[in-house]
Amino acid sequence: MRDAFGQPQSVMVLGGTSEIALCVVSKLAMARCKKVVLAVRNTQAGEEVAETLRALGADVSVIAMESTKPETAAGTIAAGFEAAGGHLDLIVIAAAILGEQDDLDDDPGATAELFTINTTWPAAAMAALRPRLIAQGSGHVAVFSSVAALRPRRSLYTYSASKAGLDTFTTGWAESVRDAGIKVQIIRPGFVHSKMTTGKDAPPFSTDADQAAETIVAGLASNSHVIWSPSILQWVFMMLVHVPQALWRKMPG
Amino acid sequence: MIPSSQGTLTGWGNTAPSRATIKRPRNASEVSEVIGSAAHHVIARGLGRSYGDPAQSAGGTVIDNRGLGQRSIIDPDTGTITLGAGVSLDELLREAIPAGYFVPVTPGTRQVTLGGAIAADIHGKNHHVDGSFMDHIEALTLVTPSGTFTISPTQDSELFWATAGGMGLSGVIVEATLRLIPIETSSVLVDTERFEDIDALMDAMVTGDHHYRYSVAWVDCMAKGARLGRGVLTRGDHASADQVPLDKPRLQPPGSPKLAIPFTAPKGLLNKYSIAAFNEAWFRKAPKHKDGEVQSLSTFFHPLDGVSMWNRLHGPRGFLQYQFVVPDAASHIVPQAMALLSRRSVPSFLAVLKRFGKGNSGLLSFPTAGWTLALDIPLGAGHASAVLDELDELIAEAGGRIYLAKDSRLSPHLIPTMYPKLEQFQAVCDRVDPGQKLGSDLSRRLNLRG
Repeated sequence: MRDAFGQPQSVMVLGGTSEIALCVVSKLAMARCKKVVLAVRNTQAGEEVAETLRALGADVSVIAMESTKPETAAGTIAAGFEAAGGHLDLIVIAAAILGEQDDLDDDPGATAELFTINTTWPAAAMAALRPRLIAQGSGHVAVFSSVAALRPRRSLYTYSASKAGLDTFTTGWAESVRDAGIKVQIIRPGFVHSKMTTGKDAPPFSTDADQAAETIVAGLASNSHVIWSPSILQWVFMMLVHVPQALWRKMPG
Repeated sequence: MIPSSQGTLTGWGNTAPSRATIKRPRNASEVSEVIGSAAHHVIARGLGRSYGDPAQSAGGTVIDNRGLGQRSIIDPDTGTITLGAGVSLDELLREAIPAGYFVPVTPGTRQVTLGGAIAADIHGKNHHVDGSFMDHIEALTLVTPSGTFTISPTQDSELFWATAGGMGLSGVIVEATLRLIPIETSSVLVDTERFEDIDALMDAMVTGDHHYRYSVAWVDCMAKGARLGRGVLTRGDHASADQVPLDKPRLQPPGSPKLAIPFTAPKGLLNKYSIAAFNEAWFRKAPKHKDGEVQSLSTFFHPLDGVSMWNRLHGPRGFLQYQFVVPDAASHIVPQAMALLSRRSVPSFLAVLKRFGKGNSGLLSFPTAGWTLALDIPLGAGHASAVLDELDELIAEAGGRIYLAKDSRLSPHLIPTMYPKLEQFQAVCDRVDPGQKLGSDLSRRLNLRG
């Protein structure tokens, strides 16, 4: 159960090998979160993450997810609740791939797959989550979007569009569970130095995973609908979405 | 049909909401029916004055005990009265005071139900003399998943003492017989003294409290340096008829709140600056020394009842109350706790310091001999969590404990240390509720049922 500070005692991460998500869950595990379920594409990598969290005193279960097959999302959610003993305080949706835009440009299969992993599978999982959370009478869902969802760039537009889809879906989904007492937050990090972004040019306001996690953990305890990381990006992007396209095209990053 | 609805509930601190089916049974057989038809996580709720999550049940069933409102008349020979668990102390006092009776134990508000008072085994300013609420209960009726029981200190005493402070986890209290105390007037004679530091205040309490039936100190945990823990000590006893001016009404029932907070205050209204200023003003307004002041029962016992919904002042994120008790041998924890909160900039409203007498046999009952300190802490300062965690460890190590009726954030690993009779409590609960149907957000968060 969540405490007065909003700290969860149990969490499930969909996309449990995500570096930022791991940093976030590590911080939660150091506080009250002693039950962790990691749903991962690669169970071997998942077990390594699990060991890190077990060292912090958490009871960790690793379950498999097939994020290229949206029809399996409901089964993953069911398995996650079962592994947690029937109740979950927090569900973090972090599964995503960034892709190489140059490779994606002319590849219909890869484009479709990126949308499946980043948008379709998470949306299907949230549809499966909804009745369970309503029945348990409390719960908190945090969905990783990105500041990239707000405006696409040449170098990242497939990813941007996939996150924009999930971001919009989550905004509406949050309204659908509002009266059920379910807390929903969208996390919009800026550029985070991690294995996902290795080799990419870092724009201004980039952070490392630990700094991002700190902002996100503080945000999870707040009542904000959107968690920006770093928080200044809220104001930066309020402006950037209105910058003329000709100028936007020339901006760094 | 038993009235039923869906609702989102929180405690008085407005934190950690959860949704449940709320049912309002009107008698023991309807309570039994509600428990029988529920799948899991059934808990009773009174007026929602617990600060945290003991009277809510995510995805479960909450029994609104306000439907259990039957009342007998006061027995003139014994001063006892039998009441439904949903009757509030306010409702009781409106009848009892004009008849010349008062409740044997009252918390800082009259807006609690009899059921809640038993479930939390509440205490008042007279614990050092009169013990806690359960010490004045003759008998009670408890509905459990395995049947309805009438219990008392001599009849199934094990279940009786599991119910004392048992946070509703041993069954749903439907009725109880309470011993009232006779009073000649609705006034209290109060002595007030102001102390510039915590040591002088604590000394005065150790040497003088036994001369008074009621004693409480308000301390300032935001003052700096040597003034940290300066406080105002008020002590008194019921006034006899000849101690009250003739023009004062003898036995006047409590009034209604004069003021209400109509909406939740904006974020950050109460912060370390505004709270420090309030504490300063409050300290200054108290007399340095004043003896024999005649105060009404409400002014002395229930100052907060003058403003209804005052919890809204703490804004949308709510607040928590932190109350601990430590034995006399660990009295140094009191100033140590204040210093830690002050040093780490955790703002806290005027804190309440009291001395407890010996505890009773309640398996999860909070009061034990020593010092108890209660602080209101607005939420917002995220670091407060870690500071309170540190304090918990100190308190547990010193043989102290946190009050479950106030808690909203304790770590479950400390419960067996703080409540050494936990296993015994769990065994009694399992006897009457083998399927673990009874449960609350609190019991799940702290793993009270095991």
